[in-house]
Amino acid sequence: MAVTVRLPSVLRTAADGHAELKVPAATLGQLLDELGRRHPALERRLRDERGALRRYVNFYVDGEECRGLAGAETPLTDGAEVDVIPSIAGG
Amino acid sequence: MDVLLGIGTRKGMWFARSRDGRASWELTGPHYPVDGVKALTIDTRGPSPRVLAGVVNEHFGTTVVTSTDLGQTWHEPEQAPIAFPEDADAALQGIWQLAQGPVDQPDVVYAGVEPHGLFRSDDGGKSFELVRGLWEHPHRKQWMPGGGGACLHTVIPHPTDANRVTVGISAGGVYRTADGGQTWEPGNTGIQAVFLPEDQRYPEFGQCVHKLAINPSRPDRYFLQNHHGVYRSEDDARSWQSIAGGLPDDFGFPMVVHPHRPEVIYNFPLVSSEFRFPPAGRCRVYRSEDAGDTWTALSTGLPEDGYWAAVMRDAMCTDDADPAGVYFGSRTGEVWCTPDEGEHWQLVAQHLPDVLCVRAAVV
Repeated sequence: MAVTVRLPSVLRTAADGHAELKVPAATLGQLLDELGRRHPALERRLRDERGALRRYVNFYVDGEECRGLAGAETPLTDGAEVDVIPSIAGG
Repeated sequence: MDVLLGIGTRKGMWFARSRDGRASWELTGPHYPVDGVKALTIDTRGPSPRVLAGVVNEHFGTTVVTSTDLGQTWHEPEQAPIAFPEDADAALQGIWQLAQGPVDQPDVVYAGVEPHGLFRSDDGGKSFELVRGLWEHPHRKQWMPGGGGACLHTVIPHPTDANRVTVGISAGGVYRTADGGQTWEPGNTGIQAVFLPEDQRYPEFGQCVHKLAINPSRPDRYFLQNHHGVYRSEDDARSWQSIAGGLPDDFGFPMVVHPHRPEVIYNFPLVSSEFRFPPAGRCRVYRSEDAGDTWTALSTGLPEDGYWAAVMRDAMCTDDADPAGVYFGSRTGEVWCTPDEGEHWQLVAQHLPDVLCVRAAVV
């Protein structure tokens, strides 16, 4: 089972230049665990060392932001698409 | 003589390089253009200079990046350079200080971070470990955040005794270790905490120290800019005496010691915690040549009047040349240099974002 993660351009250098990654995962948290194994410099931009999703990074699972679902526990079905979209922050 | 000046701002880093003894400057940047850079160091202990910077991104967190070509290209370790261990139940929010260890230990680098923590690297800044003796100190939970955050913003490793380190914490005060970080004691006797009730203004700890400094040739003597109060210690940062008498105000952020003349110090006073502007809107660096007993206002080449920009705690520094260059950057994005220890000032850069730190070295 694999899901597709789409990255914004600002994060691609931390993923060896990839705009998309295919990752086996049953939840959003598992997806981030796998990213941590493959691309640790990417994963730590998405959640802190306590495992908390960064406040200004949004994860859309098949078009719905994960905080309105189950956060890191949000289940992922085979073929799901996860968009990583930075929120509004800073000036 | 080539001098490199690193400029960290709220939005990115710039580097100014002078190849003619500080007569002219070539500016490059921005590097990490949307990231705040509060901590920079130009490490000249090894065979070639290395620049280390702490960068914080509002979206993606905080990390340490390194350059071995004087700021042209940057490298970030694959694993998080600084991260709180799981049992600390904390997440890194900011890097306020990157400090080089003793000269004979070129791989030792300290990081002062937010929340109130000290980290130590033994591999030149690739990986850091939490100094647990300070994190587990019984006082830590009583330290308050200063106006800028819960930061450990100053780290001064003793120049000859690797077991001794002194740190400045907002708002925790001064702490010292003599056993390599296992145990720490506060060193705040005589420092006033003006924000406490009148009968409690000299606490054992909890002062809002803004900056600490020493000259390595006189490591028993420290200087300190407090949240109201400018002080000198002659007993190794245990007790403090006011040296604010000759200054127009006792508030401010930076405190800088001359690299070669331990009696010479530089300060940038601001008027009171309520206003935080240069006194009367005049841009003045104050220099003392007698360890703070008397002060002289320096202004030749600086703007005349109507200057309302503050200078942050790490936005003033010297290089290590002789005579030394002194530098400061403002929240309105100007950076100034004096090639003659304060007599004349010249503009290095302007119209940058607000300057959070400057660091300079002969390279």
